Amino acid sequence: MNNLLFMIVKRVALGVLTLILLSLLIFLSVEALPGDLAQEILGQQATPEAVAAIRKDLGLDLPPHIRYVNWLGGMLQGDFGTSLALKRPIIDLIAPRLQNTLFLTLYTACIAVPLAILLGMMASLFRNSYFDRISNASALSAISMPEFFVGYILIYFLALSGYFPSMANITPSTPLFEKLYACFLPALTLTLVVTAHMMRMTRAAIINILALPYIEMAHLKGVRPSRIIFRHALPNALAPIVNVVALNLAYLITGVVIVEIVFVFPGLGQLMVDGVRFRDVPVVQASSLVFASAYVGLNLLADIISTATNPRLMRRK
Amino acid sequence: MEEPRNPINNISAEISDKENQIKAERLQAGFLAGSISRRGFMTGAVALGATLAGASTIVEQAMAATPKAGGRLKIGITGGSTSDTLDPGQILDAFNINVLMGQTRGNMTRIRPDGQIEGDLCESFEASNGAKTWKFNVRQGVEFHNGKSMTSEDVVDSIRHHMGEDSTSAAKGIVAGIKSIKADGKYGVVMELNEGNADITMALSDYHLNICPSNGDGTIDWQSGVGAGAYVLQEYDPGVRAFTTKNPNFYNADTEAWFDEVETIGVIDPTARMSALSTGAIDCINNVPPKTAGRLGKMMNVKTLISTGNKQITLPMHCDKEPFTDPNVRNAIKHIVNRQDWLDKVLYGYGELGNDNPIGPANIYRATTDELPQRQYDPELAKSLLKKAGHDGLSIKFHAADTGFAGAVDAGSLMAESAKAAGINIEVVREPNDGYWSNVWTKKAFSACYWSGRPTEDWIFSLIYASDAKWNDTNWKNSSFDKLLLEARAETDQAKRRAMYVEMQQILHTDGGLCLPLFQSEIMGYRTSVGVPDQVGNDWELDGHRCALRWWKA
Repeated sequence: MNNLLFMIVKRVALGVLTLILLSLLIFLSVEALPGDLAQEILGQQATPEAVAAIRKDLGLDLPPHIRYVNWLGGMLQGDFGTSLALKRPIIDLIAPRLQNTLFLTLYTACIAVPLAILLGMMASLFRNSYFDRISNASALSAISMPEFFVGYILIYFLALSGYFPSMANITPSTPLFEKLYACFLPALTLTLVVTAHMMRMTRAAIINILALPYIEMAHLKGVRPSRIIFRHALPNALAPIVNVVALNLAYLITGVVIVEIVFVFPGLGQLMVDGVRFRDVPVVQASSLVFASAYVGLNLLADIISTATNPRLMRRK
Repeated sequence: MEEPRNPINNISAEISDKENQIKAERLQAGFLAGSISRRGFMTGAVALGATLAGASTIVEQAMAATPKAGGRLKIGITGGSTSDTLDPGQILDAFNINVLMGQTRGNMTRIRPDGQIEGDLCESFEASNGAKTWKFNVRQGVEFHNGKSMTSEDVVDSIRHHMGEDSTSAAKGIVAGIKSIKADGKYGVVMELNEGNADITMALSDYHLNICPSNGDGTIDWQSGVGAGAYVLQEYDPGVRAFTTKNPNFYNADTEAWFDEVETIGVIDPTARMSALSTGAIDCINNVPPKTAGRLGKMMNVKTLISTGNKQITLPMHCDKEPFTDPNVRNAIKHIVNRQDWLDKVLYGYGELGNDNPIGPANIYRATTDELPQRQYDPELAKSLLKKAGHDGLSIKFHAADTGFAGAVDAGSLMAESAKAAGINIEVVREPNDGYWSNVWTKKAFSACYWSGRPTEDWIFSLIYASDAKWNDTNWKNSSFDKLLLEARAETDQAKRRAMYVEMQQILHTDGGLCLPLFQSEIMGYRTSVGVPDQVGNDWELDGHRCALRWWKA
């Protein structure tokens, strides 16, 4: 158990370090983009005076290293800072968006994870059968198509005929059932995108274990194939499966901006893209930190689960 | 181009007999004016030889053309961004223009659908001292949404919000000509200008110059979103959604603002806008890509709305950089753009030919084709102009990105192709969209650009083409043009003003660094469940962004 605790502490410390390095990297990249917030806000209408006035107003006339240190100082005290463009606390900006994104992630995960694992197990059970081949082929086709294309196809078949809404513009006051209904198409799109990866990993991991001697022993004892998979193979295959599930969940949190745009979904991705467009550094920093924390956190969780379910790793001296 | 609106609008078209046709026209005019009843019209029209179906179409159209109160309008609109604010000085694009200017707040003045100016929150105005001093009368009895009565103080502070050294307003340039603005009693505002300007009332209708309640200390309260407009802002999620409800105390509530509620939804993706419109999730959309506009007209229960205003595609040439220092070279370039080809291929026919002159369909003093003949694609003439300038062939670079205008890079390739016949070699340089306005436009000698146009001649001339203009993107300097600009600005005699503006257009056309190949139409779509008046404003898209005010649920 101490092993596990030590690992968690070590990983969290490394995670924080990663986040700080990342924030520096993001800051430098946004700085390297042409133009700044003042010019982007004013666009074609930027006159030197108006640009100078906005820069002074927002403290953009300070040198970059001072702005970064100021931001980092605030961040370490738990202050996400203020959006330059909106002059609103970033936490107010991010919180509702993050809530929406997490809702969509959770919704998708509830469909995709059980589906993928079930399909993966069935595929390994009926290896090389028609079922295996068809489910593999369709999952791979779904993942090969770009997300926006999958989205448009679903809109064409399911929205234009009136079964589901093509816009998922939910608000905090939308009732849960309506939310689920409105977000069905984006959730389905994302399900189609992430299922293949998880399903194929499950299938491969289980098939790998099925080749081991103790499974052969179980066969010789006369255990039913389904029991072999559920009882003997799956628990030992959990580590790689949990890892790939974590990776896909992190992707769902961070990588869905295109789906957000196609379905007019107010998620975190759109906020970050707007932040980059207007060079609103604090917003970009804050959203990328949320994304990075999701990656670091979910990976950590996956490692904890795979360690905890593996007696050999738990009792290592 | 197809004409999707009103398949039949004249009952006499169905009648073969000449005399009966005239009778039918009178009958229809009487019915539309309300002096003949519906039943009278139907029986009369059928008696004169029209079909029953034709007559009832006219009746349906007339019924749909009568505004009726109630319902919710759902607008799917572009231009929303998470970084939008309620600050009138930082209104940037369609979403905020529609919500803030078109729904919740008003201005001192506003532009009518026919392009003329009228009082909005200031009910009347008059000029004196050679259009240098203006007196405005603030509309009495108007209440802001929070119950505060509107007085001259609110108007003065709202305009001052954009003035002064440290103003961060994008409208700073628009109010630069105002020397002072002060209250004159509770309902009077006096404005002193630096020089006479007969068009200041037009400038005051600009979408930035909203009237907000004053805080009493010289600043305004824009943060709360309170205004004196037709709709009250209830929910505002920047770039995502705005929700407004009817303001029962709106000063013009009897003749405008028919909806109970208006929902404005930011929809960036054109396909998402079109599919939401076709499923009825939203009632109207702006910014339909010309490529797919034809499909929109074929959808069930959806109509296309096209308005051609002053939105213009421009190719500025820097008159102070080689080889454009010679007007002959500039004119040669203007002759190698195949405008009709651009209109067909870049805009899919949704637009109008430009004549190297920024005064467009939404302006009052636009030169006629007699006064200013349309410039055509003419490579031979271009060649001889080049020879006159001492060039034998020419190699230039054209800098373009889709930020300049949609399709700019493709348009550049078309131009490069058509220029070959004149011995001009054009290299199209594809620039990044990011930072285009700060790094390419006004920096490169020949680039792609667009302007949404301005409602008055004076405004766009002094914005871009006067020698000392802030955004002089052609670096063109012409003293007789500048002189005429000042004279016309203070001139209040319409005929004299027109003559001066026409002369200025001619100067710009023959000498300027501006190649303006096309005016671009706004293409919009709306569901037939929404009533749209016959005349819609073309100062901005969506009926001058006042669709919530002027449209209704049919």
